[in-house]
Amino acid sequence: MLKNSLGLRAGLLSVLIFVAIVGIWQVATMPTAASGPAMDPEYAKLVGAAAAAGSKSAMPTPADIGATIWKHLADPFYVRGSNDKGIGIQLAYSLGRVLLGFGLAAVVAIPLGFLIGMSPLVYRALDPFIQILKPVSPLAWMPLALYTIKDSAISSIFVIFICSIWPMLINTAFGVGSVRKEWLNVARTLEVGPFRTAFKVILPAAAPTIMTGMRISVGIAWLVIVAAEMLVGGTGIGYFVWNEWNNLSIANIVTAILLIGLVGLLLDQGLAYLAKLVTYPE
Amino acid sequence: MENRPLISVEGLARRFGETGQPAIFEDVWFGIDKGEFCCLIGHSGCGKTTILNVLAGLDRPSGGAVIVDNREIDGPSLDRAVIFQGHALLPWMTVMGNIAFAVSSRWPTWDRAKVRDHAMRFIQLVGLAGAENKRPAQLSGGMKQRVGIARALSIQPKMLLMDEPFSALDALTRGMLQDEVLRICADTQQTVFMITHDVDEAILLADRIVLMTNGPGARIAEIVVNTMPKNERHRNDLHRHPQYYAIRNHLVEFLVNRSKAFDQEIAAHGYDPRRPKLVKPGLSAVNPPAEIVPLTTTGRRQ
Repeated sequence: MLKNSLGLRAGLLSVLIFVAIVGIWQVATMPTAASGPAMDPEYAKLVGAAAAAGSKSAMPTPADIGATIWKHLADPFYVRGSNDKGIGIQLAYSLGRVLLGFGLAAVVAIPLGFLIGMSPLVYRALDPFIQILKPVSPLAWMPLALYTIKDSAISSIFVIFICSIWPMLINTAFGVGSVRKEWLNVARTLEVGPFRTAFKVILPAAAPTIMTGMRISVGIAWLVIVAAEMLVGGTGIGYFVWNEWNNLSIANIVTAILLIGLVGLLLDQGLAYLAKLVTYPE
Repeated sequence: MENRPLISVEGLARRFGETGQPAIFEDVWFGIDKGEFCCLIGHSGCGKTTILNVLAGLDRPSGGAVIVDNREIDGPSLDRAVIFQGHALLPWMTVMGNIAFAVSSRWPTWDRAKVRDHAMRFIQLVGLAGAENKRPAQLSGGMKQRVGIARALSIQPKMLLMDEPFSALDALTRGMLQDEVLRICADTQQTVFMITHDVDEAILLADRIVLMTNGPGARIAEIVVNTMPKNERHRNDLHRHPQYYAIRNHLVEFLVNRSKAFDQEIAAHGYDPRRPKLVKPGLSAVNPPAEIVPLTTTGRRQ
């Protein structure tokens, strides 16, 4: 009973915080009767008649947000022209790019990380490249990608690829390099060949570290895709956010933020689950 | 050609760093006969584990060689199984998985069922039937070391190499495992080389006890022949055996005093590193000095 009570109290506190935030938000966005100071007519036109009159802010109330979320969730996959697609479709585009770029990065990073972890020579040879390229913002690659690839969709996948490769590469190399000597000695005394040692000893031994790298990578990739799509445009949740900014539809932006967070959470939890499968107690 | 024992350690030396540095050990010569249980005793830092690793093929000597079956050791071999000090089980595999990994390395063409059957036999041999699907983390220290022993035996090696296999265990578990190793080695006629720093363990298990002086520059001081017959060595009444204290005192005297002052002994009596002196302190106990009156007068006399 006492053990449950911590979870119960935490849940209760979460609900209270949520209610408080929504309450403050509601109060802050309540329409005011008094007319505000005179406004630049250009700006008034931009933000809408109600806001210009001062009676209503462009900031939606929680109820507006709720209605918008409901509207999006009720029909997530509609297509009404190239600039008006359902939020589900936009998310699917982003998710597809992330998984493609991340998958390609894994295909490159894990074998390469294996090589770096096993060979001190390769480690030392590649270390300067990794150290210089790792801290570069992935978006800095975008112009180069656009120029060489000449395709905005593939360029954004390339940006995801380049940002998710580093954590996987470094973690794989570290995991492989720090496999316990005695486990390798077991394989040596049993005259196990290099490939069998790699797959039966080194890979399972390093798997938890590799999975941690993949989890970090997918998190970064999901952060970067929003920014990348804001740049390249066309489709995707990042483009959707930018488009709604141009429409000054704050409710749509808030909806998108919440959904981006939710999808990021699911990606992270999915990889956490996979990591748990390969973790071994010592 | 000289008649060599199964394992012949010839002039082994090991230096760390550049040549010219003092060796950890040098000019080490001894042999291990087939079916013999040989213990190596010495203080920490005399290179015991390095010698075992060279025998296992995991390490290379700076000088000398180890000859097995008239061939120089140049790498690890399935013929020489190692029981590691820290058991070295693969924690992501079950008990069965760990042993099956060794079995399928030994006989790559065997199918799954045959590998499992064979592995199961050795799990039963060390008394772990029923625990085969457990992971190492779920086992006690003694059980883990049993799995290590089963893994080493399952590949049916020509010899077993053990690096202080029981040092991490509590006294009760250690005793039980010593008994089991004694039984299994007697049953399988296994040739064993074991490192220990436990004098009683050496007397209980070993047929010959190789004594090493302190490093750097460690060498074989002498080889003590355990003259207590195998069938008279039992853990519970070892101390009642008439030869026991003579052998034990000899070993303790060596470890406490002689191991660090062996150079003076060499100067006084001469020393041939190729033929370390064989000593039989147990036999002097047949006619014990007058001042030592055994508490039990029923001791077996030879």
